[in-house]
Amino acid sequence: MNPSTAKTWDEFMEGVWRQNPTFVMILGMCPTLAVTVSVVNALSMGVSTALVLIASCGLVSMMRNVTPKEVRIAVYIVIIATFVTVVDYAIQAISLALYDALGAFIQLIVVNCIILGRAEAHAAKNPPLPAMINAAGMGLGFTIGLLSLGVVREILGAGTLFGVSLFGANFQPWVIMVLPPGGFFVLGAWLLFFSWLERRKLRRRQGSHAEATQNA
Amino acid sequence: MSTPEKPSEQKIIPIAVAGAKPPAPPASPTAAMIRTLGLVSSICGLIIVGAYQGTYDAVAANKRIATERAVFKVIPAAKSIAEYVALPGGGIEPRVGAGDTPVAPGAVKFFAAYDEGGKLAGIAAEGGAKGYADTVRIMFGYSPDCQCVIGIGVVAMRETPGIGDKILTDRNFLANFNDLDVRLKGDLAALANEVKTVKHGTKANPWQIDAIAGATITSRAVGKAINDSAQALLPRLVPNLDKLRSKS
Repeated sequence: MNPSTAKTWDEFMEGVWRQNPTFVMILGMCPTLAVTVSVVNALSMGVSTALVLIASCGLVSMMRNVTPKEVRIAVYIVIIATFVTVVDYAIQAISLALYDALGAFIQLIVVNCIILGRAEAHAAKNPPLPAMINAAGMGLGFTIGLLSLGVVREILGAGTLFGVSLFGANFQPWVIMVLPPGGFFVLGAWLLFFSWLERRKLRRRQGSHAEATQNA
Repeated sequence: MSTPEKPSEQKIIPIAVAGAKPPAPPASPTAAMIRTLGLVSSICGLIIVGAYQGTYDAVAANKRIATERAVFKVIPAAKSIAEYVALPGGGIEPRVGAGDTPVAPGAVKFFAAYDEGGKLAGIAAEGGAKGYADTVRIMFGYSPDCQCVIGIGVVAMRETPGIGDKILTDRNFLANFNDLDVRLKGDLAALANEVKTVKHGTKANPWQIDAIAGATITSRAVGKAINDSAQALLPRLVPNLDKLRSKS
């Protein structure tokens, strides 16, 4: 990989893994817990947020040289609200059932701290293309976060995946999983898993480092 | 930048130095702020109007389909619908304006459903009452021939999955609405018998609803929603039924 591709890839992967909004930064918990009762809801919420994120970061980045710092937050919010409105109309046009299922959480993307955070921390300091690539990574990371909750909660809470029944009629759904407490249980379990993964990686690195010193 | 030759000059004003921030960059000119905000607002306004215009037809079509589907569910013989409002002073008129346009205060919105031959198949109306988690909004089908409710569907609810939402699936509960009696009194001013939800297993009369065991609150909300809506709508509707007999 040449250096510029590597840098682009790094920008993209920051949100997907290293700074994953759901599991590392623990941002945007409100939609994460509320709409992940099914895979379809989680996916639509993730894609909607990602689209808003990419579009607003692009526009914020294009405006970055003409935005006085005193009014930057106002500018960001207007831009974000605009794209949320666009996504809101688009979802109504695609499916009213989906629109009802996501409820107020589509409009609440406006105040999702992932988006304002990206606009302030990244898009305002970088040219449009890297800003949008970074936003796409963050959006994908958030979608992955929502999906990991949605998959578990739908399988356990309803016995289905994408609405297709998995276990037949004898399966007794764990209703708690589609209720709010289920969201916390699943999120907690995932956080536990990722922190275990992180610790194991750390221990291995230390172990190999120690070995290397011994051998030397 | 101060030169090393005059350090004493700074020490004279220690309080001011302690409180001083690094020199603030000059404030941006007001004109620049207004220009940027104006520019952003115009761009965003254009984008929103474009999105609204672009999706208007699809959204309207979706809403119409959703309403039709809800009406067809509660009146199985229906093939087409017309929207009407029952006016507060009695009398009915076709509803003007589509979609979310609010009706006049006190007026009740309802749908006349027609079968393939254009004959009145039934009337559908919405009702709502407080359930366990939030308002349970239902749509019910009314048949003028038997003066009874012939089916219900849920428009919106947030009842507990697996408990309250059994009102959608529980067969014994839904059987209540095959022929729920909503006859009017002789003077057509109110229902002859209030629709009432009773404890599971104690239904004795055709105007009673047998509650789901364990989901009594939600069952009661359904009964109250039908009762409130029927009490408001039917006294105005029944005297005018002849106007609706065939599709205009």
